[in-house]
Amino acid sequence: MHMADALLSPVVGATLWAGTAAVGGYASKKLKDRIDDRAIPLMGVLGAFVFAVQMINFTIPGTGSSGHVGGGMILAILLGPHAAFLVMASVLTVQALFFADGGLLALGCNIWNLGLYPCYLAYPFLYRPLAGESKKPGRIVFASVVSAVAALQLGAFSVVLQTLFSGKSELPFGAFLLVMQPIHLAIGIVEGLATAGVISFVRSARPEILESVALSQPLGGEVSLRKVLITFAVLALVSGGVLSWFASTRPDGLEWSIGKITGRSDLAGQVRGIAPALRAIQEKTAFLPDYNFPGGKTVPEEGENKTARQGIDGGTSAAGVIGGAIVLVVIVLIGMGVRSFRGRAGRQGT
Amino acid sequence: MTFDAQYQSIGRLDRLSYGDTWVHRLDARVKVIATLLFLFTVVSFPKYEVAGLIPLFLFPVLLTAAGEIPVPFIVRKVILVSPFAILVGIMNPFLDARTVSILPGILVSAGWLSFGSILLKFVLTVSAALLLIATTSFPGVCHALRKLGFPTLFVSQLLFLYRYLFVLAEEAMRIVRARDMRSFGGRGAGLKVFARLVGVLFLRTVERAERIYRAMLSRGFEGDVPSLRRFRVSAGDLTYLAATTAFLAVFRFVRVTEGIGSFAQGLLR
Repeated sequence: MHMADALLSPVVGATLWAGTAAVGGYASKKLKDRIDDRAIPLMGVLGAFVFAVQMINFTIPGTGSSGHVGGGMILAILLGPHAAFLVMASVLTVQALFFADGGLLALGCNIWNLGLYPCYLAYPFLYRPLAGESKKPGRIVFASVVSAVAALQLGAFSVVLQTLFSGKSELPFGAFLLVMQPIHLAIGIVEGLATAGVISFVRSARPEILESVALSQPLGGEVSLRKVLITFAVLALVSGGVLSWFASTRPDGLEWSIGKITGRSDLAGQVRGIAPALRAIQEKTAFLPDYNFPGGKTVPEEGENKTARQGIDGGTSAAGVIGGAIVLVVIVLIGMGVRSFRGRAGRQGT
Repeated sequence: MTFDAQYQSIGRLDRLSYGDTWVHRLDARVKVIATLLFLFTVVSFPKYEVAGLIPLFLFPVLLTAAGEIPVPFIVRKVILVSPFAILVGIMNPFLDARTVSILPGILVSAGWLSFGSILLKFVLTVSAALLLIATTSFPGVCHALRKLGFPTLFVSQLLFLYRYLFVLAEEAMRIVRARDMRSFGGRGAGLKVFARLVGVLFLRTVERAERIYRAMLSRGFEGDVPSLRRFRVSAGDLTYLAATTAFLAVFRFVRVTEGIGSFAQGLLR
């Protein structure tokens, strides 16, 4: 699922952009060392291939409904992690621009969620060790399903975290997780099965192509585990720093989410039912006695903008509604004016 | 979205970018920077801000009008991708139930404000991104990105992707049609056939890439796809950028909407 600009705060968006740019730089450096110009058209055309694959639907086993795959795992296995990451990045860029799937600020998040996990975590640490050089279909299926599920779970979890830290949505951490993770478990299994099918087919039809296409050696061979661990430790430190920064600037948000995680995770599932409505009524009745209605007085300058929390300002909000309506009307009129003016100018011109 | 519709919609966006209005003629770099500034401004508004976001609609509205972009087309595309933002935001009114007064006598829960804010931000950001492509063209944006320091490798890759997107989409369309004609009652549309189709498509794509590479090599390809178009920033471009920046700064830091509202209230009284 694509992260959207509207749910994102600038800090989270920029952080993920920086992380993604760093990984992208690493990937292209790794590729440049090894390959020639040949790879550029190949990777570009394979990006188009991913689009084509996403457009081909199939019947999901056991349900009868139809679905399609994301393709990140297929690419990682067929191309190796570095090339696959860059191809996924280009695919997501085009999706952001053409289909408005996710947005330009959220692009960093989306490349991270849908590119980094399959290419740099699921592929080297799950698929390679599990599948090895084996040609047995069973093992390929097992390895593909495990790695596709892991990649999608991580991606879904990141979407939840990014939404949480942006603080635009009120969804409790636990409830959001309970919705996102099972959906992506199902998607992951289907994606894994489809991936295994494609890999097995390519392997049996043209085994040599897998070797020639794998543009770069898989990570497993030459990168030592220690290096990887150190990298992860650094990443953990950096993200810890970012988290503590958040904790200091938005104490309520973090406390609140931790409270949700520790205190009421068992209740979290009920968020969709009657519980929230009841809680809403409860909170409302509890609020009313000591809430000074700014609505009672129409005049904001009479003072005491009993300012509510976090930028909700009761006194000025009436002005906000009226002003908003006026501004909207004016903007629409301007738009129509420009259009009709242009239309007339165009006719006169011809 | 159905397959054909998806394909048509990319084609339509592409065709719109061949328009010839002053918006289309602006330097691509300037438009990319202006759009990014706009996106950052929109996203930087606080969680409960609704009124302050409304004036920002001037930006997409002006671009749509001046760029002669059909409004229903953009609206349809925005609606099409909206489910995720709506699903994530829809619970806000119920979870954040502190009451706020928006008009004398009318109380709503604060969650409605934050949900409204998410929706407004969503419409603004998505339409801005779509309008960038509709008025600049994808290759234009790519070349602008290269000039702005994006890695050449990635930009060339994007250009190849874009060039072959239509070719491969048509190929996929033929494959799907051929399969659907042969699969009666859903038989043959399962995973097994899918895996083979995709496998074949992959092999064909790799071979196609090889042919493309050879063809380009014989035409002097050196790992880069340069643009013949000269990029020159004119006074008009700078004016546009300055105007956009000023517009965004004013609407971000001055509470224009409330000001107009209070003024209107004063007139009525």
